[in-house]
Amino acid sequence: MQIALEARNLVKRYPGVDAVNDVSFAVNEGSCFGLLGPNGAGKTTTVEIIEGVTPATSGEIYYFGEPAGRRFREEAGIQFQNTALQDYLTVRETLEMFQKLYDRHADLDRIIEDCSLGELVDRDNRKLSGGQRQRLFLAVALVNEPRLVFLDEPTTGLDPQARRNFWTLVQRIQANGTTIILTTHYMDEAHVLCDEIAIMDAGRIITSGPPDELLRNRYDGLLIELPLEDLTGGLEGIEHVVYENQGIVEIPSTDVTRSLELLAPCVDSLNRIKIRQPNLEDLFLDLTGHSLRS
Amino acid sequence: MFKRIYAVFAARNREFMRDRGSLAWNLVMPVILVFGLAFVFGGEGRSQYVVGVLQASSEIDTAEHPFLESRFIDFVPVAEQADGFRKIERHRLDLLVHFGGEHRYWVNPESPSGYFAERLLLQSDAAAGGEMQKAEISGDPIRYVDWVLPGILGMNMMFSCLFGVGYVVVRYRKNGFLKRLRATPLRPQEFIVAQVASRLMLVLTVTAFVYVATHLILDTRMDGSYLTLLLVTVVGCISMVSLGLLIAARVTSEELAGGLLNMISWPMMILSGVWFSLEGAGPAVQGLAKVFPLTHILDSARAVMLDGATLLDIAPSMIMLTLLSLAFLALGAYYFRWGPD
Repeated sequence: MQIALEARNLVKRYPGVDAVNDVSFAVNEGSCFGLLGPNGAGKTTTVEIIEGVTPATSGEIYYFGEPAGRRFREEAGIQFQNTALQDYLTVRETLEMFQKLYDRHADLDRIIEDCSLGELVDRDNRKLSGGQRQRLFLAVALVNEPRLVFLDEPTTGLDPQARRNFWTLVQRIQANGTTIILTTHYMDEAHVLCDEIAIMDAGRIITSGPPDELLRNRYDGLLIELPLEDLTGGLEGIEHVVYENQGIVEIPSTDVTRSLELLAPCVDSLNRIKIRQPNLEDLFLDLTGHSLRS
Repeated sequence: MFKRIYAVFAARNREFMRDRGSLAWNLVMPVILVFGLAFVFGGEGRSQYVVGVLQASSEIDTAEHPFLESRFIDFVPVAEQADGFRKIERHRLDLLVHFGGEHRYWVNPESPSGYFAERLLLQSDAAAGGEMQKAEISGDPIRYVDWVLPGILGMNMMFSCLFGVGYVVVRYRKNGFLKRLRATPLRPQEFIVAQVASRLMLVLTVTAFVYVATHLILDTRMDGSYLTLLLVTVVGCISMVSLGLLIAARVTSEELAGGLLNMISWPMMILSGVWFSLEGAGPAVQGLAKVFPLTHILDSARAVMLDGATLLDIAPSMIMLTLLSLAFLALGAYYFRWGPD
């Protein structure tokens, strides 16, 4: 499989802050690559360096083996986290305006249909809801039939239903062979959409790989959760590490039955116990010691 | 309700105080205006009328007539009678007087300022014995509306170009629209040219509409070629848009941009001869006015419309406007930034 994009040793320094600190990764063509991390981790700065809208202090970017340049701008589609469109233009006029900036053209009617903008094409940009605007931003990113699409926190501020609809849309784009680079702080979103992820914290990549593989390598079993206040005594006999996070005790277990037997004498009641699969948020917590949403 | 109002009030105050560019501007602007106005209309205050005194000497001898001692009137020596007549016709002088030998005066019957200056002269002359004789000026006197029309059209063009481009580009930069454009194959030069072309088309359309309407209703004077006037408008508009783009090249605050645009447009409006001629102003002020594109636009437009000037006649102003445009565009493109970084 060909590498669509490669970032080598990206660094971005602001006075007193290393926003991006020696970040390197490669994205295979046709895959969905996720940059994960809490707000302020350096995800957006990293992708904006790659997109060419923020100059790097140092580092190199390669697009299909060549230094990213004019061809990259022509073939990349970008959905920014925060942006604005021209006032007083309709949805269709906006798409047509952006399409004219590129040599490559996608079929606008297909994009409008794919992004569920059919009923909104004649509506003024200013009169769109949050979800509708996000769909329009995505449509703008697709007007040039891009080979590579950047989605920067695309579902922030959307309701759960709108988020799931957006995921379906992204999966449809990827099914057409388009490479996707997604930044998000929603772990479920990354798990559903991404073939590979890199978790960032304080400007650095702290781990990377396919999500399931990262979890398998770190966890061997399930997680038992119970409220700290339900504990009546010490957790004697339980060998695994116990984490305390926001009043919750987490106990990794490879034998849930045995763990529950050991736990029963130490708690008031087992009614509030939860048993679940470890997720990317647990992984982040393990690796950094702080929560993704903090 | 008041709690919410106060919260917004306090937040806005903080925003303003922390925007150092705007804050500095708001402090500096009034000072500049005060000093500027003092410079332009210094001495004994702003003169109300400009009166030409037909005489060979460059010094005005106030002993010749009590009218010459009047306050708030600028008395300008005029050596050639023909030159004085031309200035009267073109509203650059409100009155032309001659006290050597026969006391005579000339006034443009279409000039409102001329009418009042004449009343003052006659009142003053009556007290001195009443020797003044009114003389007709030869040629076709120009109405004030003919003289002021190019000024109003030019001023409208100036505000439309400066604010319509400069302010909007800053807003685009601030709300991230320029950043969005930067991520496309669009080049800065292409963006700048698109802005110039768009504003040029709008301004030409609006100016043509206003001109035609005024011409049809008031039968305004047009002694020159419409093609030459169109060329003056196009070159003038490009120079104004270029200036707007230069100001907006990297400013990120709309308030600062508004202040800078006002700083440019107000002196131009005052010193370029939109409403009144600067005939009585000092050489420093007149020299300063020559730096402004609006001065060259108005001088050229008036020359074409009122004197039937050809392209060759207005070539110096056209060359100056072209050079200014090129300089503004080159600097604007050099300093242009898509984003705040």
